[in-house]
This record gives sequence, structure tokens and C-alpha cells, in this order.
Amino acid sequence: MEGQYSEKVMEHFRNPRNVGEIPDASGIGNVGNPVCGDIMRLYIKVGENEIITDAKFKTFGCGAAIATSSMVTELVKGKTIPEALKVSNHAVAEALGGLPKIKMHCSVLAEQALRSAIDDYLAKKKKKA
Amino acid sequence: MRKVYLDNNATTKMREEVLGAMLPYYKDIYGNASSVHGFGRAARQAIDQARQNVASLLGASSQEEIIFTGSGTEADNLAVKGVAHALKAKGNHIITSSIEHHAVLNVCKFLEKEGCKVTCLKVDKYGIIDPEDLKKAITDKTILISIMYANNEVGTIEPIEEAAKIAKGKGICFHTDAVQAVGKVPLEVKNSNIDLLSMSAHKIYGPKGVGALYIRKGTKISPQMQGGHHEMGKRAGTENVAGIVGLGEAARLAKKETLIENKDLTALRDYLYKGIISRIESVRLNGHPEKRLPNTLNVGFKYLEGESIVLNLDMEGIAVSTGSACTSGSLEPSHVLTAMGVDPAETQGSIRFSLGRDNTKEDMDYVLQVLPPIIKRLRDMSPLYEKGK
Repeated sequence: MEGQYSEKVMEHFRNPRNVGEIPDASGIGNVGNPVCGDIMRLYIKVGENEIITDAKFKTFGCGAAIATSSMVTELVKGKTIPEALKVSNHAVAEALGGLPKIKMHCSVLAEQALRSAIDDYLAKKKKKA
Repeated sequence: MRKVYLDNNATTKMREEVLGAMLPYYKDIYGNASSVHGFGRAARQAIDQARQNVASLLGASSQEEIIFTGSGTEADNLAVKGVAHALKAKGNHIITSSIEHHAVLNVCKFLEKEGCKVTCLKVDKYGIIDPEDLKKAITDKTILISIMYANNEVGTIEPIEEAAKIAKGKGICFHTDAVQAVGKVPLEVKNSNIDLLSMSAHKIYGPKGVGALYIRKGTKISPQMQGGHHEMGKRAGTENVAGIVGLGEAARLAKKETLIENKDLTALRDYLYKGIISRIESVRLNGHPEKRLPNTLNVGFKYLEGESIVLNLDMEGIAVSTGSACTSGSLEPSHVLTAMGVDPAETQGSIRFSLGRDNTKEDMDYVLQVLPPIIKRLRDMSPLYEKGK
């Protein structure tokens, strides 16, 4: 129904996975601003063979923003960086059983947060090399 | 699970007495109020009684000054468009405020496309217009001033008498959207300078789908619905008899009881607010501390976004809203809080608790028990919170 959240969105909103910070994160992504009502901060920990071993988030935002943050962290755990770069906003929305049209931008924000965290990781890696 | 309804500014639960008064008009008394036969006369009589009750609640001099409509929004449309169209030859300037309900703001936007000029008065940090600004905004082309009686989101009560007096002094028609004020503040339109006043039944424990517009005798207004000569030629369409009877009964009960009930509501509301500020840090009161509807409490929870609070409270059986029900589903921050100069980041975490006659102290205690852990959990999740620590 238009404007209503799916069961899956509500489930992730009720019990968000991976809330918190990673103190020694390999990469941190910050996106959004409080004026539009959503801010996401995504932390990734990258291990051997470029595999994302852990992901956590902190989010200021609506139900959809929290659910998409939760879902994107779930989706990328265990993926390699090239694989994670393929996770699109549509994949996040789909995994949540769809989002109301007006909330699709939350999935875009989740994708951007992930990209931003990966960019941060790659930039740090480059510096070290 | 306990259910606590704190969204009475969105709509109220219809009273048993109101439903009881309406039911015969859905069953046995089904005549068309315009018919001359007995069936019609019975319906007409019921409408006349309802009109009398509404006139009495508003303190109108005559029941002929009351026009029934299909909603508060329709009453606003009839008032604003009706005057703009009727006084086209006289001028095209309308003055309103930046915190009006969309039922007035969007009508003004519509009229701008028809060539009207609209001035939106600014408000102070409490949401109150400055009558001096109103005086300055008036031009020789001003035909209508429309200022809401009390704001739906924050409950702030506007200096309506002062504004209406300024309008009268200049011979300008004055309308007020009193949808939230009727039944909550004492009104006496006959001794005021108000020419037009909109109200709605479902905000005062009546049915949805019926509203009314008070039109002071002699006010020029163009009907917005063409058809038969119902409602003294001002609003065509067969009368919604049962709905109008419901509005009439709700008005009769409001006249009799609400001013007494309001005292209790204010006490409950303030008990809730005191409980919130003693349990939760970084909260702010939106709206005027005193010049406010007795049932309305709008609180900003810093570092948070409103919808996540509403959804969490909903899971615990508590119904509240972020500002206005008519704007939820929009991504824009509240235009009311923005006009009041509230920091954009802080408008996001504002929650409206609007109490009603069924609420008890136990309801407030339940909210005070459930709310703090929700706020804590969401703040722990918020990337803004650590900055504030």
C-alpha cells in the first residue's frame, strides 16, 4: 500500500542489526544532513582478501532510514570490496520487500553511505601504500 | 496492550451521544430536507436545530449566519475564495500568516494563479503574528485578512481580536480558521470583529465529513459550488442530514462541557510535559507556554527524527504525530516550526501530543514509562547525539 512500510522494513526498524561503531574501522562513510531529515554513518572493517568482516551504523532518520542502514550492513558483511560496490539502492530496497515511493531516497542514502565508507577505506589504503 | 490516543488535533473519537443522535437520520428519517412533505420537514427540522446549536456554540447572533459544508477545508475554501471572488472589483490583495493550515495556504496559492497578491505574515518564536506587521501589510487593494485562531501543530493562540479589530478599522473582511479552537476556547463571534469563521465537526467529537462556516450577516461571498439553493444559496448540494445532526449534537455538548473539561486537560497536559522534562534531557517546548490550546503539547527531542519516535510509540499502543496529519508523508520539515525559526535539524524531532476528553492520568503515566527508553535507544543510534554529549 502506498506510504506504508512492509513487514520486513518494520522488522528491521524494530530490531535494527549492527547498530553502533567500529573503533578501529577500515573505512567510515558519512552522508546526509539534518535539514532533509536523514544522516547515516557507516563503518566497515575490511580483513584479508578485501573481505568486509564487519559493518556497523549510526543513523538519524525515519523508519526507512534506519531499516535501510540495517539492511545494507547485513548485505555487505562477508562480501569483497568489488562485490560490495555492486550493492545498489535497489538491492537494499528489494531485500526489505520494497519501500514506499516517497522513501526510496533512504535506500539511495544507504548506497551512498556504503560507497563513502569504501572510498574512505580505499583512500586510507592508498595512503599506506 | 494499553492503547493511548494522543492525536486529538488530527481527529477525535465520536461521542456516543453524537452517534445516538445521528442514527435515526440514517434509518427512519431519510427525507430530503428540501422536500415539502413530512419526510422532508422532519429532516429540515433536525438541520435547523443543529444550526441553532452551532450558532449558540460560536455565539452568533442568528442561526442564518451558519452554513454547513463538507469539511473544515471546504469552509476555508468557501471563505477565502468566496470573498476573493465576490470582491474582485474592489481589490486583489489577501493577507494571511505563514503558519496557516494548508486549507488556507494552498487556497491562497491557488488564488495567486488567478491574479491575487498574497502577503504571508511572519510569526515570532512562539508562532504569534505581530499586529503591527498586519497594519503595515494592508494596502488599498486588501480585500481579505485570514489568520488562524489557533495553530494545529503547536497550539499557539493568535491575537485574533486585535487582528480582527485592525481589519474592521480598515473595512476589510476578516476570516479565521478556528478548526482547532472551537470547543477549546470560549468564542462569541457576535461581539467580535470576525466576519468569517471555519470549523469542523470531527475535531469536537463529531463525525467526519461535515464542517461549518460562520458568515456574519452582510458579508459578501461568492458560492464555490453551483447547483440548488441549499444553505441560503451559499453551498449547493443536498444536506448531509445525519452528519449535520452529529455536528449539532457535538456543538451542544461542547457548549455545555468543554470549558470545564479544558481545565482538566491542561492539568494532564502539563503533568505530561513536566514528566517528560524531568526524565529526558535536551527537549524543548514548541509553541507559546501560556497562549496555547489547553490540549496541545509539541515537544522537540533533540538529535532525533520524528517519524522514528512516532513508529516506536505506535508499537507500544500510543498514537501521536509529527506536526500535522495532513503533512505527514511529506518530506519537508514542518512549515510552522520553520516559520517559528526553529533550527531545521531540531524541527525533525518534534512530536505533537494532543489530548482529548477520554485521556486519564494513567495514560500520561504510561507514556512517561514508555517514552524515555525509546528516546534513549534512538539517541544511542543517532550520529548527532555524540556531538551533543
